[in-house]
Amino acid sequence: MRTLIFRTMAPYLTSLMVLFSVFVLLRGHNEPGGGFIGGLIAASAFAIYGIACGVSPVRRALYFHPMSISGFGLLIATISGALSMFGSLPFMTGLWTEASILGVTVDLSTPLVFDIGVYLVVLGSLTSIALALEEREED
Amino acid sequence: METAFSALVGIFFAVAVYLLLSKHIIRILLGTAILSNAVNLLIFTAGRLTREVPPIIPNHLSVPAEMIANPLPQALVLTAIVISFSLFAFLLVLTYRAYQELGTDDTEEMRVAEPVDDGLPPMGY
Amino acid sequence: MAAAQSKSVDLSQAMILEPVPALDWLVIAPVALPLLFGAVLLMLRHRTETQPRIAIASLAILFCVDVGLLVHVWTGGPVVMTMGRWLPPFGISFVADMLGATLVATAGLVALVCGIFSVGTVNFVGRRYGFYAFMLLMLAGVNGSFLTGDIFNLYVWFEVFLIASFGLIILGSGKRQIDGATKYAILNLVATTLFLIATGYLYGIFGTLNMADVALKASQLRTSAPLVTLATLYLIAFSMKAAAFPLNFWLPASYHTPRIVVAALFAGLLTKVGVYALMRILVMLFPPEHAILSSLIVWIAIGTMLIGILGALAQSDIRRLLGFVVVSGIGFMLAGIGLGSDVGLAGSIVYAVHSMLVMTALYLMAGQIRRAGGSYVLSELAGLYRTNPMMAAIALFLVLAAAGLPPGSGLWPKVMLVQASLADGSWWLASAILVTGLLTTLALGRLFVLVFWRAGNDGDAAGRTALSVTASTQMAVLLLCVPIAVLGIWPEPVIAAAQFAASGLLEPGAYASAVFSAEVTQ
Repeated sequence: MRTLIFRTMAPYLTSLMVLFSVFVLLRGHNEPGGGFIGGLIAASAFAIYGIACGVSPVRRALYFHPMSISGFGLLIATISGALSMFGSLPFMTGLWTEASILGVTVDLSTPLVFDIGVYLVVLGSLTSIALALEEREED
Repeated sequence: METAFSALVGIFFAVAVYLLLSKHIIRILLGTAILSNAVNLLIFTAGRLTREVPPIIPNHLSVPAEMIANPLPQALVLTAIVISFSLFAFLLVLTYRAYQELGTDDTEEMRVAEPVDDGLPPMGY
Repeated sequence: MAAAQSKSVDLSQAMILEPVPALDWLVIAPVALPLLFGAVLLMLRHRTETQPRIAIASLAILFCVDVGLLVHVWTGGPVVMTMGRWLPPFGISFVADMLGATLVATAGLVALVCGIFSVGTVNFVGRRYGFYAFMLLMLAGVNGSFLTGDIFNLYVWFEVFLIASFGLIILGSGKRQIDGATKYAILNLVATTLFLIATGYLYGIFGTLNMADVALKASQLRTSAPLVTLATLYLIAFSMKAAAFPLNFWLPASYHTPRIVVAALFAGLLTKVGVYALMRILVMLFPPEHAILSSLIVWIAIGTMLIGILGALAQSDIRRLLGFVVVSGIGFMLAGIGLGSDVGLAGSIVYAVHSMLVMTALYLMAGQIRRAGGSYVLSELAGLYRTNPMMAAIALFLVLAAAGLPPGSGLWPKVMLVQASLADGSWWLASAILVTGLLTTLALGRLFVLVFWRAGNDGDAAGRTALSVTASTQMAVLLLCVPIAVLGIWPEPVIAAAQFAASGLLEPGAYASAVFSAEVTQ
């Protein structure tokens, strides 16, 4: 699998796919897309990088352990659901606010945070499974 | 259309059960994958089928303008797909490890955890 | 949504508009807190020293919350929270009635004790692998199953604790673990898929998944819909999950492979979720169908009791022996479900509480025996009474409790079940319960006599490495003995709670009106 063409292409392909996964994640609230599919795309990006260049560069590139990323995602997803406690609202109620960043109005909400959490959970757990399988193949 | 889909679900179940009854663990794994797809199709059919009416409310309205497809089965199927996907990924790693550690994918030979000639427990004191 | 609100839309048709009292958060806390703490522990996997402290602290907090929920339900009736402000049946409701709250509190106690036990037994490799994180995530799944009021959501929580339990069962990744985990994983996956199939049909028939809504609609659909088929599908799925005869073979084939504290957790929590789901869905949602199936369930119960305990008599590995005793205990709970009477169901619920406590304690005791005697095999163990008299006393107490002899907790649920079966006129069921009780006494009594009283090598034999029993593990087992003793000596509160829970199952009016209260008030 480690042809020169693939190895040269892989970093660009990976970065493009990660960028695309973030795009899919953020457009997910009102249009097709979302945290799960975005996380899948990002996980496959890292899987491709792992196939091309080996597992340890992927681990270096991720910096955090995939399972820790998963844990962080689960943490912020749960917290985003629990934030509604302070408004005397039930668990998982969506809270919305508008922020204007550089003149552009952006809708910020707890469902968005939840979606980012899902993205990280999927990214972390699937990357760790993919890396485990690729690691096995090496030895 | 529901009848045709029911027949299709039946075929899926038959294939899945056939594969699940196999001795080789990789076939069992494929059987579970097909089984979960059969269930997804089943839930989808159970929510009644409609054509080309996505459950999207236009921007200026607060209720859908006309009859739309039932969105709940789609959400259920999506959840079921996510779950079965992650379970399948886990099982894939597990069977791969099992194949490496135990050196077989034949369930008849996977008896490492079973007692071998343990004999009866002590009869007297 | 901000745009939708500006155009005057009558939100009261779809959403709960009045503020939610803060105490209602007790319903969701047993699920949200372990998820939160589990996530933190997943991030701190490399801090092997601080992990147990965080885990035990969070389990203690969780147990306090569980007890708070129990008291709240006891005093004020079922507590409901519907996610995301949607009105039921559109939103997913979490409902804590007496049954759910009792089981959640017991599960919290079992998990806390296992957490304390694991400090001295799970080494840093296991901690690094994420033992505590998986344990808390599994607890979140189990609590979610006990508390959810939505059938599809129940399936999701089943899968949550299933995935976490996969992580726990392969902890260590030895050949035996992988072999046991493969059987466990595939058979449980098939069981939950059966559950999902039944849920698909249920949705096709009812068009709703909210349990209270299904309970209300079932009577109208009874003439036109194949509800008996549906109930049978659920019976098969949950029986497989609960390891009932003839679908019990996965349990003794896998429960002896993981670490002993993992096996203790599984024995205490997992099969009982299947029994709980049977109670909730079969008894509460489909009472006439349950009446049709009841004689079948009674025969399954008898088969499970007898096969389980006969299997236990033939084993020489303590962990496999206990696995068969777990199966036999499932038979007792099914007996009460099969009878379906007030006393029978209450007996099942008390038995579930008793079994969660005692089976966990027995598995932990097996771990202690392994440490003191160096083996799990009966023929290699002897004379531990001389070296560990304290342990022997605790073990004797637990054996008596499991066999249903005073002063342990096993006596009362069996009395209730025998009483219920005699009131029903099923003398054969009563005699099966009594015979199984006798055989349990034999199987576990023999374990005790062989391990502790048999003359032989003084504790550790040559060649086997016996470790000293640490104080923390001994304390954990002792901690679990307290509620077992209380349940044996002063059973009235638990029996009253179980009767409360059983009447809630038989007459789901309070449950349904709690779920739909928001609509009624408007």
